Amino acid sequence: MSPRLPVARRLTRQVRPVPAEAAGSPSRTVPVISVRGVRKSYGVGEAAVHALRGPDDPAGGGPLGVSVDVEQGDFVAVMGSSGSGKSTLMNILGCLDVPTSGRYLLDGIDVGHLDEHQLSLVRNRKIGFIFQSFNLVPRTTALAQVELPLAYAGVRAAERRRRAVAALSMVGLGDRLDHRPNELSGGQQQRVAVARALVTSPAMLLADEPTGNLDSRSTDEVLAMVDRLNAAGRTVVLITHEDEVARHAKRVLRLVDGRIVSDVRQGPVAGPPPVFAGAEPVVGAVASGGGR
Amino acid sequence: MLWQVLRMAAGGLAANKVRSALTMLGVLIGVAAVILLLAVGNGSSQAVKDSITSLGTNSLTVSSSGGGFGARSSGASTTKQLTLKDAKALATSEDAPDIKSVAPVVSSSGTAVYQGTEYTVNSIIGTYPAYFETTNSRVAKGDYFSNDDVLNARKVAVIGSTTAQELFGTVDPVDKTVVIGGTPFTVRGVLAEKGSTGVNDADDVVIAPLPTVQNAFTGFGSLNQIVVQARSADVTSAAQSEITQVLMGTHGIKDSSSVDFRVSSQESLLSARQSTDKTFTVLLGAVAAISLLVGGIGITNIMLVTVTERTREIGIRKAIGAPKGVILGQFLAESTLLSVLGAGLGVLVGVVGSHFTIVGIKPVIIPESVAGAFGIAVAIGLFFGSYPANRAASLRPIEALRHE
Ligand SMILES: Nc1ncnc2c1ncn2[C@@H]1O[C@H](COP(=O)(O)OP(=O)(O)OP(=O)(O)O)[C@@H](O)[C@H]1O
Ligand SMILES: [Mg+2]
Repeated sequence: MSPRLPVARRLTRQVRPVPAEAAGSPSRTVPVISVRGVRKSYGVGEAAVHALRGPDDPAGGGPLGVSVDVEQGDFVAVMGSSGSGKSTLMNILGCLDVPTSGRYLLDGIDVGHLDEHQLSLVRNRKIGFIFQSFNLVPRTTALAQVELPLAYAGVRAAERRRRAVAALSMVGLGDRLDHRPNELSGGQQQRVAVARALVTSPAMLLADEPTGNLDSRSTDEVLAMVDRLNAAGRTVVLITHEDEVARHAKRVLRLVDGRIVSDVRQGPVAGPPPVFAGAEPVVGAVASGGGR
Repeated sequence: MLWQVLRMAAGGLAANKVRSALTMLGVLIGVAAVILLLAVGNGSSQAVKDSITSLGTNSLTVSSSGGGFGARSSGASTTKQLTLKDAKALATSEDAPDIKSVAPVVSSSGTAVYQGTEYTVNSIIGTYPAYFETTNSRVAKGDYFSNDDVLNARKVAVIGSTTAQELFGTVDPVDKTVVIGGTPFTVRGVLAEKGSTGVNDADDVVIAPLPTVQNAFTGFGSLNQIVVQARSADVTSAAQSEITQVLMGTHGIKDSSSVDFRVSSQESLLSARQSTDKTFTVLLGAVAAISLLVGGIGITNIMLVTVTERTREIGIRKAIGAPKGVILGQFLAESTLLSVLGAGLGVLVGVVGSHFTIVGIKPVIIPESVAGAFGIAVAIGLFFGSYPANRAASLRPIEALRHE
C-alpha cells in the first residue's frame, strides 16, 4: 500500500462517511476496504440461507448486496444479533471466503481476480486476522506460533525470531515464549493470537469477537492493544456483541439479517480511538515498521 | 530451508509416535520381505548351481534311453543296454580325441551293518577309479581304491560323509570292515562333503570296484551309466558327439534320430534346474511385492487420517498466509520421511536377516532388489502421500477452519 500524505488524509476525513448502501460515492482516495454489492448465500433454491443480502431492489428484483467502504486508519465495530452475518462479512474481508456475488476491493485491487498464490500473499502481508476461538496451531510454542507468518513471508530465521520476541513482549508474554497453547490461559492464548496477527505489521487488523471468550480484565488488555495499534495507524475492523467493546471504535455498523441497518460515527478517522487510555509509546517497537 | 522442512515433518511424525511407528513397520516389512525372499530364491538357485558344478563341469553321463518306443516298435532291433563293451569302446576309440577317461557305473542300494549299527545306504556304486576325478569326488580321509583293486575285485569301498556319520559316528571308518548286503567291505577312504542337490544326498553313498559290486548286487549284465570325462569344459560338446558316434557303431545304429542312449552334460542339467528356480524366485518376488503394496496403502491411509485430523490446523495456517506449496510440501515431507525411514530400516533388516540360513538355504542378496525395493517404497510414499496432501492444500481456509 502506498503511504498516504497527511494532506490527503485530512481531505478524506472531511468527506462525510459514505451512506452505507449507496455505492460509488465520489471519494478522492481509494478506501482500504471497498465492498460492492456483496451477497453470500448458502444452499440453493427455497432452502437457501442469505447470510449477506443487503437491501432489496426497489424496482422489485432480488437483494442488491452489501456495500461498505472503510477508510485507512479507521476503527470499525460490527454489531448485530447472532446469525446476522457478521462473521460471514468478516471472512470475506479477510479473504478466507469468497462472496456468492459482488466485488471486494482491497487497496483498490479486486480480490476476486487474484489467484490462489496471490491470495495467500494478501492474507500474509496485508491482513492480520484474530479469531474468536484463538485458532492457534496446536502443539506449537508461542514463539514458533508468532514466527509462522514471518516464515511464510520468507523472513530469515534470526530476524524472524527478533520480531516474534518483540511482538510477544509487546502483548506482555515475553516470559511465555516456549509455552504451547495447552499451557496458556484463554487470555494469554488470545494475546498470542494478537501478537501473531500484528507481527507482519499488516495495514489491516480483522478481529472476529476477539474478546468473546475472555473475562473483563483480559478483555481490557486486548482492547488496549487494539487501541494502540489503531492509534499507530492500522485499520481495524472488529466484531462484538458488547456495547462496552464497541465504545472503543470510531465507527459502529449494525447488521440485521444480512443488511447494514445503521452506520454511526463515534470519532474522527484520524487521531486516536475514542477510549484510547494509555499514552505509552510501546507500540512503536513492532508497529512502526508498518504501512506497507 | 530443507532442514527446517525436515524438522517440521519429524515433529509431525513424533506427535503421533505409535501411529508413525506402525506405518513405518508396514513399509519395513514390505521392503525386508522383498529383499529377503528374493535373496532366498537367489540363494537356492546359487546352491543348485554350485552343487551341480561341483559334480564336474566337463563330465558327461551316458545312459540307456530305456524301453523301445516310437520308430523302433516296428523293427526287429530292440534297445540295447549299455555294456562294459561300450565303455571299453569309448575308452579305446581312435576317433574320440576329446575323451579323457571313461568310468562304467552300476548302482544299487542296500543295508550296511557295522558293529550292530544298521543303515540303508541310498546308493551303492560300482565303478572304476576314474569316476572319482570325473565326478569331482575327493577323499577327505584315507585313500581311493586303485585299478589293481578293480582287476582283483577286492572287497574295498570309499564311503560318503553322511554314510560315515550314520554308521561310524565319531569312530574313524578307515580300515574298518562294514558288511553291506552280506558282503564284508574294508573302508579305504571317506569322501569330502558335497552338500545335497535338492532331494538327493550326494554324501549318502558307497563306492566300490565295479566287479565287486556286480558280483555282490547287480550281476554281470548291463551298466546303469557310463560317466565320461572330457579333456576340458570347452570340448564337452565335441566329446558328446564323439560318444554318440562310437556308441552308434557298437550298437549298430545308422540313423542318429533313433539312438537308444542319451548323452547328457551337467550343463543341460544346470539350465533345467535354473529355469525352475527362476519360477520359484518370481513367485517369491510377487508375494513380497504384494506386501510392499500393502505397506504403501498403509501410508496413504495414515496420511488421510492425519490430514483429516489436522484440517483445522491447515485452515489456520492458510489464514495466516501459508501458500499452497508450503502445506503440500509439509505433508509430502512427512509421508516421504515415513517411507524413507521405513524403507531404510527394511533394507537394514533384510540385509541383516540374509546372514542367517533360512529353511536350509543360505540367502544371497540381489543388489538390484535392495535398490529396487527402497526406491519403490519411497515412490509409493510420495505417490500415495501426495493425494491426501493435495486435498488438504486445496481447501479454502474457511472450509478447513469450519472442519469439525
Ligand atoms: N457454512 C455455512 N453453511 C450454511 N449456512 C451458514 C454457513 N455459515 C453461516 N451460515 C448461516 O449464515 C448466517 C450468518 O452466519 P454468521 O456466522 O455470519 O453469523 P454471525 O453474525 O457471525 O453470528 P454470531 O454472532 O453467532 O457469530 C447464519 O444464519 C448461519 O446459519
Ligand atoms: Mg460469528
